[in-house]
Amino acid sequence: MSRYLAQRLVGAIPTLVGVSLLTFLFIRLLPGDAIAARLGTSTALSPEQLASLRAYFGLDQPLHLQYWSWLTSLFRGDAGYSIRTGRPVLVEIAERLPATLELAAAAAVIAVAIGIPLGLLSAIRRGSRLDVVARVGGLIGLSLPSFWLGTLIIVLFSLYLRWLPNTGGYVDFVRDPLANLKLLLLPAITLGLALAAATMRMTRSAMLDVLGADYVRTARAKGLRPAVVLRRHVLKNGLIVVVTLLGIQVGQLLGGAVVVEEIFSVPGVGRMLLTAIVQRDYALVQGGVLAIAILFVALNIFVDLLYGYLDPRIRLA
Amino acid sequence: MATWIPESASRNALTTFGLGRTGVLAAIAREPVALAGLLMVVAYAAIALGVGFLPLRDPLQISSDRLAAPTAAFPFGTDALVRDLFSRVLFGARLSMQVAVFSVAAATLVGSVLGLVSGYLGGIADLVIGRVMDVFFAFPAILLALGIVAALGPDPKNVIIAIAVVYTPIFMRVVRGPVLALKARDFVEAARAIGATQARIVVRHIVPNLLSTLIVQVSLALSWAVLTEGALSFLGLSAQPPAPSWGVMLNEGRQYLEFATHLAVFPGLAIMVAVLGFNLLGDGLRDALDPQRR
Repeated sequence: MSRYLAQRLVGAIPTLVGVSLLTFLFIRLLPGDAIAARLGTSTALSPEQLASLRAYFGLDQPLHLQYWSWLTSLFRGDAGYSIRTGRPVLVEIAERLPATLELAAAAAVIAVAIGIPLGLLSAIRRGSRLDVVARVGGLIGLSLPSFWLGTLIIVLFSLYLRWLPNTGGYVDFVRDPLANLKLLLLPAITLGLALAAATMRMTRSAMLDVLGADYVRTARAKGLRPAVVLRRHVLKNGLIVVVTLLGIQVGQLLGGAVVVEEIFSVPGVGRMLLTAIVQRDYALVQGGVLAIAILFVALNIFVDLLYGYLDPRIRLA
Repeated sequence: MATWIPESASRNALTTFGLGRTGVLAAIAREPVALAGLLMVVAYAAIALGVGFLPLRDPLQISSDRLAAPTAAFPFGTDALVRDLFSRVLFGARLSMQVAVFSVAAATLVGSVLGLVSGYLGGIADLVIGRVMDVFFAFPAILLALGIVAALGPDPKNVIIAIAVVYTPIFMRVVRGPVLALKARDFVEAARAIGATQARIVVRHIVPNLLSTLIVQVSLALSWAVLTEGALSFLGLSAQPPAPSWGVMLNEGRQYLEFATHLAVFPGLAIMVAVLGFNLLGDGLRDALDPQRR
């Protein structure tokens, strides 16, 4: 297993180099000069002043040297400063990461809690009314735009029923667990529902595959009770597939969080990114994109490891 | 998505789009889900293409009754700037469809060529293309699109580029797998044995067998493209007000939720119907065209 882990980690290095390169280029792709962008306007500066500023920021260097110096600063823990607040980018991100991670995790929990039981039932009672409802519901769930669902949820729960505040926000879990969960609930449902639909569909199709397998027929033929067949043969094998597919999708929640944080005013990395984009705070945009991409790669490695653990054929291959 | 290869030999596959027993249209007719999806997609496309010819109010024209609820004269009501929401929602189909079609067409073309080169040639080309695509896979899809639009500027043209970039690696993977398998099949071996050129093998024997896989993927990609365009314009990164764009309309409507819920309902419903149509069509087609699922 440790060899497998080492393989996965080494395999991620070229990807991470590519990710850093692409994130670096995002900024260099920008129309206009990065200096002008940082200062908001270039009109007040003489060409000489502009040139000296370019030299100060290292922008007169060849591109590969700029990349190298940016990368080495990153390894020293320096991702630059936000032009809006003047604070280090890493501090800005670190402050907002808990809200985003909590939202994504809660959405994943909701997706699993709804998707797996429903998919399982749908597969066992294939063709029943429940199956039809679940399948149609699954397709609708996949097609619901999160920004629309979020808006409708606010209309329903905050404006009509007045159950929950529509101000949104975030409270530290350690400080006030109840307030934290109360604020988390609606955004997490909004973010998690599409994944719940996808999970339900994946579970249904994986379980149908397993239910038709020879070893399940054998288990039934030798007289095992249906519950035992289900638990020991169907669930165990079917869930391996579900875990893998789910792992790939859970990472996408980090991207989806951008939209949901904006609707519910959750002060996470996603909302920070959007504000930074509007305010042309490019160091912060770069840092935020890179942070989420690194998390995403790490999550994918974790899923690979989990898969290797569940299915020995993978890591021995 | 699992990749699968139709069992037909390449001669049959050339009739894939025909009306015959194996054709796509026949497959759709057999599958009610696909048929429902097709009808929704046709309605969406018809509105997007024909909205200019319909007897509608100008989507930018200002009427008399602000934030009015739906009535016979204004079926979807009016918005905060007293514009006809029905007209705006129908005109919204045009922009949504333009972005979705152009971005997915570009991704299909570039991704398929890369997948063909990667799978058929193998070796160093496969390695390089695979590594580059891995980098794009290392970003959550919506974040990558957001980053690209942030760099290029908020404009529907840049949203097309962003969605195309996100979907190109997906098409590359979807094509590469079947190409690897097709390359080893007997009919390709036979074509090679009778002296067919590489180009002829690819064009006549490999590509036709990829079409049904691709058409399913295109349908699903279009659904994602409509969703993503909606999300980016909702976030203010695609079309700018006063353009009749579904995402922009939803975002504008958010401020008036308490007195004018209809502003939040209709544009979102329009997006959902378009997305659901492509999803139903893609799903139904996959079931209809995949012999193993039938």
